[in-house]
Amino acid sequence: MKYIPDGLRRLWHRMGSPRWFFETTGSWVPWLGGAAALLIAVGTVWGLAFAPPDYLQGDSFRIIYIHVPAAYLAQAGYILMAVCGVILLVWRMKLADMVMTAVAPIGAAFTFLALATGSIWGKPTWGTYWIWDARITSVLILLFLYLGIIGLRRAIERPEAAGRACAILAIVGVINIPIIKYSVDWWMTLHQPATFSITAAPAMPPIMWVPLLLNVLGFNLLFAVAVIQGTRTEVLVRERRTRWVNDLCLRETA
Amino acid sequence: MMASAADERSLWVLFRGQLRRDLKLAFGQPSELANPLAFFVVVITLFPLGVSPEPGVLAGMAPGVLWIAALLATLLGLEALFRRDRDDGTLEQMVLRAQPLYLPVVARMLAHWTVTGLPLTLLAPLLGGMLNLAPEARLPLMLGLALGTPVLVLLGGVGAALTVGLRAGGVLLALLVLPLFVPVLILGVSAAELASSGLPPSGPLLWLAAGASFAITTVPFAIAAALRIGVEVG
Repeated sequence: MKYIPDGLRRLWHRMGSPRWFFETTGSWVPWLGGAAALLIAVGTVWGLAFAPPDYLQGDSFRIIYIHVPAAYLAQAGYILMAVCGVILLVWRMKLADMVMTAVAPIGAAFTFLALATGSIWGKPTWGTYWIWDARITSVLILLFLYLGIIGLRRAIERPEAAGRACAILAIVGVINIPIIKYSVDWWMTLHQPATFSITAAPAMPPIMWVPLLLNVLGFNLLFAVAVIQGTRTEVLVRERRTRWVNDLCLRETA
Repeated sequence: MMASAADERSLWVLFRGQLRRDLKLAFGQPSELANPLAFFVVVITLFPLGVSPEPGVLAGMAPGVLWIAALLATLLGLEALFRRDRDDGTLEQMVLRAQPLYLPVVARMLAHWTVTGLPLTLLAPLLGGMLNLAPEARLPLMLGLALGTPVLVLLGGVGAALTVGLRAGGVLLALLVLPLFVPVLILGVSAAELASSGLPPSGPLLWLAAGASFAITTVPFAIAAALRIGVEVG
């Protein structure tokens, strides 16, 4: 700990306090939410209405403006849960558990969004809504991993025990994700599927990728806002017996 | 701190004692021993009835059917893995002992594999023959099961330890561990499929061996940590 700057160490210690998190992030939410809404609105309108159609896929490619950010956040969310799990098991930081609780349903929702948009895109492009493609299959398994964490959390009554159980499961899961991914890729090469990849599409011109970049940034902020709000709710629920939450409720209702 | 010779000896005694106890308990309940095996056979019988008794069709799906049945049979045995020990308080004593939980957990899993994974492995070539599996695929199938079922049992052990205190743990356990079984299933099936189409199955088998070594060395730590939580949950 000697080499860590003082400010960072203080921040780390403060993060041990859910109350500090609640009070600090309260003012962030409207700003982050506003920025997310703006970025997603500009990126989506640009992507859907102004970007030119793809020379190969026509208009159907436009779903990437939703699909790509959702798919990337689906995976990032699981890794975030595992990182929180390590922090919870090593430093017993309650806040990490609350973040983990908040991320699970949000990550599952993004995973579902990625699967749904992918399948809608598959209909005009591949001629079918569902195909056992390697990537689709591993994202489906990721959804199952999320559902497992949510199920385990619901099944254990005591939140402290539930948090640590979910932390172990998330860590085991995150080690398995690359293994699952590679094994599924390998399974595909064994089964020799018809190749559906967009063959040798040229690098996108800026008018196509700038809206994607805006949407990726916007979705990141949306994810952050959702996690912060979820964590804030979780802080209030877990700390409902403490005086500061009671005072807060009295002030809000007065 | 250096471990003295006496410490090492006591760990070995602990390991052997745990193994002997668990094997004795398992063999003392022949029905519990036989049920997963009977389940394995019954599930496999359903496939010719439900899909097709055509020898060609059966041969094509035999590796997958055998592996999925083995997966489900393993899953079936998992729920009871720590349940009885938890109910009579043995598990708490295990957790409270001064020695690390790693070795007793390895012993427990080894005993469990001896009564579930090993018989499945030995029975598989016979059932493979009934499903018209190519003769040259039978040995790779067996090797795959021998290397893969320890991984299944260990990964399942994490799920079983996490859900040990829960009343409705069974379905949740399946949801927790089945996605983690996917790589083992793919590698095991592809070893048998490669062999039945005349190709060398060593690639997936070596990967399974690597996975088994990794799982045997690391997963017991996760099971031990999960048991400490599982004891609290009830």
